[in-house]
Amino acid sequence: MKAPSPAPAPAQDGIESGGGVWRFPADRPLRLDSGATLSPLEVAYRTYGTLNADRSNAVLVMHALTGDQYLASTHPVTGKPGWWTRVVGRGLPLDPDRFFIICANVLGGCMGTTGPGSTDPATGAPWGLSFPVITIADMVRAQAMLVEALGIETLFAVVGASMGGMQALQWAADYPERIFSAVCIAGAARHSAQNIAFHEVGRAAIMADPDWRGGAYEAAGVRPEKGLAVARMAAHITYLSEAALQRKFGRELQRDGLSWGFETDFQVESYLRHQGASFVDRFDANSYLYITRALDYFDLAAAYDGQLAGAFARARDVRFCVLSFSSDWLYSTAESRHVVRALNAAGCRASFVEIETDKGHDAIFLDEPALDSALRGFLASAAEKRGLA
Amino acid sequence: MTTALREDFREILRLTPPGARVLDVGCGEGDLLDLLARERGVDGQGLEISAEGVAACLARGLAVVQGDADRDLDSFPTRAFDMAILSKTLQQMRDPRHVVSELLRIADRAVVSFPNFGHWRVRWALLARGRMPETRTLPNPWWSTPNIHLCTLHDFLALTDDLGLAIESCAALSEGRPARPIDPRSVLENWRAEAAVFVLRRGG
Repeated sequence: MKAPSPAPAPAQDGIESGGGVWRFPADRPLRLDSGATLSPLEVAYRTYGTLNADRSNAVLVMHALTGDQYLASTHPVTGKPGWWTRVVGRGLPLDPDRFFIICANVLGGCMGTTGPGSTDPATGAPWGLSFPVITIADMVRAQAMLVEALGIETLFAVVGASMGGMQALQWAADYPERIFSAVCIAGAARHSAQNIAFHEVGRAAIMADPDWRGGAYEAAGVRPEKGLAVARMAAHITYLSEAALQRKFGRELQRDGLSWGFETDFQVESYLRHQGASFVDRFDANSYLYITRALDYFDLAAAYDGQLAGAFARARDVRFCVLSFSSDWLYSTAESRHVVRALNAAGCRASFVEIETDKGHDAIFLDEPALDSALRGFLASAAEKRGLA
Repeated sequence: MTTALREDFREILRLTPPGARVLDVGCGEGDLLDLLARERGVDGQGLEISAEGVAACLARGLAVVQGDADRDLDSFPTRAFDMAILSKTLQQMRDPRHVVSELLRIADRAVVSFPNFGHWRVRWALLARGRMPETRTLPNPWWSTPNIHLCTLHDFLALTDDLGLAIESCAALSEGRPARPIDPRSVLENWRAEAAVFVLRRGG
């Protein structure tokens, strides 16, 4: 196996221990659910902590729709801290002094892993819409290839929130023998009609932008920033609860009095516009299309005659932790309960708690001590069972 | 915990075979599961309705699902456990009959403990004072008690007969005293026992 290249970046803020882009040779293509194959595959990743001698302390953290591998390192584009520094760090539930933590950019992403913005070897131009449609299972298959390439036979844990949580469940279905435990935070076993509907709004916004150019915007030297920003604005509403929006903004105005026009009168408008505008700096429109499509196609039970328990039938030795947020209406507690009932039915060892919060889906990234303590308790006891010091 | 071990916990511990697969329904903060894990090495799973209880269980490394026994027991597969425990929770269930029958679908044995509403203090409170009883085992006034389906030993026997369950053993529980094996069909014990713990099996 080729060494990862470029050489691992030097640790920039203490806990990053390595990473780079793993290039799989052409004779190791990624076989996709659609029947297509993708080659050569590149997977960009970051690591924290060190792998122990018996290679038993590796944790794979899987990011959400618009996340990336900069789990606990400064983001190269935004300059902001990693997206989960609340959870990953010394003295935190995912402690690099204890675990070897891996986070990879998802298949179809735009931060170094092969995606629609990568070069199609057949044409020498960006894939654009000729990139094959991918699924959550394809993303997991690419992660499994990376984990294997890093010399890890069994992961101590797969941990994911939102889309990452769906990947954790997919791992349990596809590779139960390669994981000791699985954590699914604010996830689901399928995309609901409402989930699909919101994604369709986002995709329609991107495709309605004249600069999208049927997906071939890169060759034209433009970017569909307006469409992508609107997609982000619509999606961002689903990440927050009504109570959180009301608490943060209410009907507060940007300045004294109404504009009697279509300026950003309300603070909530300004906030959404800012979310949209800053998002386009770090995300690619075609990646957004492909990843939201993968989410829409996700229905873990489908391959098991609609019986979700069937997906977990081989995962009886895996320790599961399922967490939801009471005010999350994107992937609600009902979805998590559906997963837990299937785990029970499959005879799996499962823990589940609904965390009381008004922060909505976004609670994943926010100050939520109950989330920290649940994760800490679950991981600590699993580590003990795994014989990790 | 070791000094003030609840009498029903002590009795359940005695009844639990080492290494058993155990489901504790209404496990609270996991005191019993923790005890059984430490003392008997059981493979334990809890079901608890309160988020605080589940969080406490997770923090001590127990596998516990937040859920409602009235609604969520049916998601567990048949005979998935050696033993299902319902410790002083039966009287708080909306549908105790369904819960008991589910326990014995899920597990080979069920351990069920509950306060005896036939105890003489309870009868005395009603007979002499004409008031709902407030006793050691039933400390809350009627308007704040979580106990919505209280029963006597003989009421429970009638339920087990109705469900066709066999009683493997029964013991009377009283605070600060060791569990006392009893014949639950005895008229006297229906007056004497403050609380009781039954071990049930299917059939017979």
